[in-house]
Amino acid sequence: MGLLTNLKDSVSRVTDRLFASDDPKRIGIYGPPNAGKTTLANRIARDWTGDAIGPESHVPHETRRARRKEGVDIERNGRSVTIDIVDTPGVATKVDYKEFLDHDIEKDDAIRRSREATEGVAEAMHWLREDVDGVIYVLDSTTDPFTQVNTMLIGIIESRDLPVLIFANKIDLDEADIKRVADAFPQHETVPLSALEGDNMDEVYDKIAEYFG
Amino acid sequence: MPEATPSDSTTESQNGVQIDLISGSRMEGLRSMEKIRLILDGVRDGNIVILEEGLSPDEESKLIEVTMTEISPDDFTGIEIESYPHEEAADQSFLDRLMGRESTKKLTVIGPANQIETLHKDDQLISALVSRK
Ligand SMILES: Nc1nc2c(ncn2[C@@H]2O[C@H](COP(=O)(O)OP(=O)(O)OP(=O)(O)O)[C@@H](O)[C@H]2O)c(=O)[nH]1
Ligand SMILES: [Mg+2]
Repeated sequence: MGLLTNLKDSVSRVTDRLFASDDPKRIGIYGPPNAGKTTLANRIARDWTGDAIGPESHVPHETRRARRKEGVDIERNGRSVTIDIVDTPGVATKVDYKEFLDHDIEKDDAIRRSREATEGVAEAMHWLREDVDGVIYVLDSTTDPFTQVNTMLIGIIESRDLPVLIFANKIDLDEADIKRVADAFPQHETVPLSALEGDNMDEVYDKIAEYFG
Repeated sequence: MPEATPSDSTTESQNGVQIDLISGSRMEGLRSMEKIRLILDGVRDGNIVILEEGLSPDEESKLIEVTMTEISPDDFTGIEIESYPHEEAADQSFLDRLMGRESTKKLTVIGPANQIETLHKDDQLISALVSRK
C-alpha cells in the first residue's frame, strides 16, 4: 500500500511539475493599509469574472484575511492570460487597536479587529516568501511613498526575484503625485490609475498581461 | 570570555531609555531567528535597538511576521523601524559593484511603536523622539 501511495505521490508530483507552467500565476496585491488594494482587486474581478472579492473601506486594516480569486481570464490583443489574484491585508509594523476606536468601533470589536489584522499581516508576509509568483504593489499616490514599510517590502520582493509592478493609485484626487511614486522606485515600472473611478485600466491590464502572462 | 548580553533595563533605571548598539560581528554569528529574538526582546523591554549592519530582506520579512504574532492589546503594539541606505546599493562602492558584492550593510534603528513618538529620516540622519515608558 505504502509503495503504491508513494508511487502515486511521485507521479502526481511529476505531473504537477509538467503542468506547472500552464498553471495560472498567483499574483499578490500588496501595499500599505488603505492604498486601495481591495478596490483594485474588486475592479479586476468584476471586469473579468463579474463578481467582487471583498469589502472596501476607509478604515485601515479592512482586509484582515487574504482573499483569493482564482482563474481570472484577462483578454489582451486576442490573447488571454489567466491569473489568480490574492488581495492581502495592508502591511504594517505596528497595529494599535486604539486607532480603531477613532472610527466609532467599540473596544471589544477594535481588539478583535487588531488581532485579526496582525494575523492577516503575518500570513501575508509568509505568503510573500513562499507562495506568490508576482506582485502588484499598490500605493496611494497622495501620500509619501518613502516609508520604511514600502522600502522593506520592495526589498523583500526584489530579493525573491518576483516580477513586480508599482501601481500609483487614486490619481483622481488633486493631491496625487505620480512622479513622486515613480521617483521612489525608479528600478520598477509605475502605472498610474484610479481603482475607484476606473481611470487608466487599459494600461493596467496591458501591463498585467505583459508582466504576469 | 562570555559575551555581553543587553542588560535588563528594569533593573538599571526605571525612567531612562536604554539604547542597545549591536555590532555587525555580533549579529554575524547568529541565525535569523536568533537575531529577530534579540531585537524583539530588546524592543519589548522598551529599548531602542540599533543594528550596525541591519538585516537581510528575508530577515526583515520574518521580523514583520514575528512582530505581528507578538502584538497584544495594551502590552505591545509593534515596532518602528528605519534604516540606511534608502535605496538598495545606493552607497555601494565602485569596487563592490565591480565585484558584484551586494552591500547589505545598513544602519537600522528599531524601537517600540508605543514609545517612539516620531521616527524621522532624511538623507543623512535618522532622528527618534522617544518617550519614557
Ligand atoms: N479617491 C479614490 N479613493 C480610492 C481609490 N481606491 C480606493 N479608494 C478608497 O480608499 C479607501 C481604502 O480602499 P481599500 O480598497 O479598502 O484599501 P485597502 O488597500 O484594501 O486597505 P486595507 O484592506 O485596509 O489594507 C476606500 O475608502 C476606497 O474607496 C481611488 O482610486 N481613488
Ligand atoms: Mg483591503
